[in-house]
Amino acid sequence: MKAAQAMVKCLEQEGIKVVFGYPGAAICPFYDALSESGIRHILVRHEQNAGHAANGYARVTNRPAVCIATSGPGATNLITAIATAYMDSVPMVVITGQVSSDQIGRDVFQEADITGAAEPFVKHSYLVKDASAIPRIFKEAFYLAGTGRKGPVLIDVPVDIQNVDIDFDYPESIEMRAYKPSSKGNALQVKRAAEAVVSAKKPVICAGGGVFSANACNEVLELAVKADIPVVTTMMGISCIPGSHPLNMGMIGMHGVKSANLAVNKCDLIILIGARVGDRAVRSPSFLEENAKIIHIDIDPAEIGKNVKVDIPIVGDAKLILNQMLEILPELRHGEWISELLSFKTAPSFEKREGGVINPKRFVSRLAERMPDDTICVADVGQNQIWTCNFFCMKGGRFLTSGGMGTMGYSIPCAVGAKLASPDTPVVAICGDGSFQMQMMELATICQHNIPLKIVIMANNRLGMVHELQKNLYGGNTTAVFLDGSPDFIKLAGAYGIECERVSSDDEIDGAIERLVLAKGPYLVECRVSPDEKTL
Amino acid sequence: MKHTISILVENHAGVLSRISGLFSRRGFNIDSLAVGVTDDPSVSRVTLVADGDDYMVEQLEKQLNKLVDVIRVRTIPQEELISRELLLVKINAPAEKRSEIMTIAEITGAKVVDITTSTITLEISDRTEKLANFEALIKPYGIKEMVRTGTIALQRGADAIKR
Repeated sequence: MKAAQAMVKCLEQEGIKVVFGYPGAAICPFYDALSESGIRHILVRHEQNAGHAANGYARVTNRPAVCIATSGPGATNLITAIATAYMDSVPMVVITGQVSSDQIGRDVFQEADITGAAEPFVKHSYLVKDASAIPRIFKEAFYLAGTGRKGPVLIDVPVDIQNVDIDFDYPESIEMRAYKPSSKGNALQVKRAAEAVVSAKKPVICAGGGVFSANACNEVLELAVKADIPVVTTMMGISCIPGSHPLNMGMIGMHGVKSANLAVNKCDLIILIGARVGDRAVRSPSFLEENAKIIHIDIDPAEIGKNVKVDIPIVGDAKLILNQMLEILPELRHGEWISELLSFKTAPSFEKREGGVINPKRFVSRLAERMPDDTICVADVGQNQIWTCNFFCMKGGRFLTSGGMGTMGYSIPCAVGAKLASPDTPVVAICGDGSFQMQMMELATICQHNIPLKIVIMANNRLGMVHELQKNLYGGNTTAVFLDGSPDFIKLAGAYGIECERVSSDDEIDGAIERLVLAKGPYLVECRVSPDEKTL
Repeated sequence: MKHTISILVENHAGVLSRISGLFSRRGFNIDSLAVGVTDDPSVSRVTLVADGDDYMVEQLEKQLNKLVDVIRVRTIPQEELISRELLLVKINAPAEKRSEIMTIAEITGAKVVDITTSTITLEISDRTEKLANFEALIKPYGIKEMVRTGTIALQRGADAIKR
């Protein structure tokens, strides 16, 4: 068969049901073959969003998802999405067309060295020079993307290679002598960690995005309950245990909540699970080093000791390691420590806003209460993200956001992917009027493919977070953050045939949420927000 | 402090750019880098000399290990290091200076590989510090051009890096 057909066969062998992409001349042989398969193709309106949609799909299924673009600008448009997936360790297989192999290096039409350009943001990449290697390369790519520390893998396939006839034989196994991801934790280290937990008076668990990658949410909860340890999360760790759980002290960091940050500052033992101690999560790793014993569980050995000096490192799969720990840990009680922290976990009160604006925190809080327990909530980047992190109390379900890269325009395409991965689950995307305008072309994708998303825009006619930063740190010199010229979002949604409404008073919140929740098709709510609304 | 690191890698296209890209991306300072194929044609060996503290070396090793093409990384302990570097140099050598230069060559263990009416080209292979000494000795005669390979190294003893 043709190599292009083999590429599609590989995807079928990997169980791929949905792919996201945007065709062009250099990837046409593949698209030709794809049209004859049962794989559903979602045509996005910008390649970057094919990447974000695959990202959402992958995070919900916890398996590598696929996005496709053509050579040159198609491929370079994917870079932000590749980098976004890389920073959040999201498994993706990215397929790009490339100019004909005999033309490579001559700066021909729509040529870009995408394997070179994407190198800093991929786990691995392939430029296919031999068509017969395609089955092996695809097998390896899916294996690499979905094992160890997950991440994006790029396969760049020149158009002439796609047309070569090859024998298709999908390999059963993989031989990669240089790639051996770790799995179980070292038993001695696990024992040391368990002892440290037993002797700690004020332990805390800090759960990051790695908990989802390892499918270890239940184990984190089990550990927390059995050893009676409060849990804080990084932004990437939100929803690994329900926000309403009494042991959940909330999100840590620069934009986190008091109970969570105090837990980290006052603890005598911190158990980091799949969290890399990023600068926005832990501002002063040295303070932590001096005041607490640190256990760090991570699948990536390079994360151990990168941002914080660790007392007990355990490299491996968090699920396996936590199960190892649960086997040897006795039941413990830390009542006093937990009540100390709970005294800082105050129920939020939402002041009413006047003058044509609402309290956005009240909105997300009410929305969370009203949405079903299994809701997938995608936050964009900026003030809307922090409001959602801190006030959209996840009852179960899944919280998604671009935590590492902070990529604006992530929420709607990610929600598209999430919804297709789990069609029966309600999915809501929350964005600002800045980020919305980076992705509003995807409203067409939603309409074309009948994807019933719920979209909330927090509109303050500003790039709110930068505006706030300029007010606080740049002497009030607010510049280049005014979104004058934005369209009427209600008319815009109307033009796409999407049901929508505007909310400009706190009294209208509950009604709008009710209609948003009950809507069968896509539904958009624009919330008018004051430019002076604070992030925290 | 200088660290000498041996890296076994898959011998195919793009590997070197992945490794060198990693250095600039992660802010590692590299003094020299030498690459060549090993007795197994599917494996190349990179010898790397880097300057930095223990944190840097640990991170460098770990980040290198994350590259899918990197088979093995080992930092060679200073006391067990056998290192060599090859240097070729073309120096001004008018007839009256030739015998002086030949004497220096003899003492330092350099070999004459080319000679013209006005120049001599010498070859020397030794540890990096020795080469610095050699360079200082011949510099006064006027170096027309010079090239060095960068350090290659093995560890003393019967032990070898497994593939």
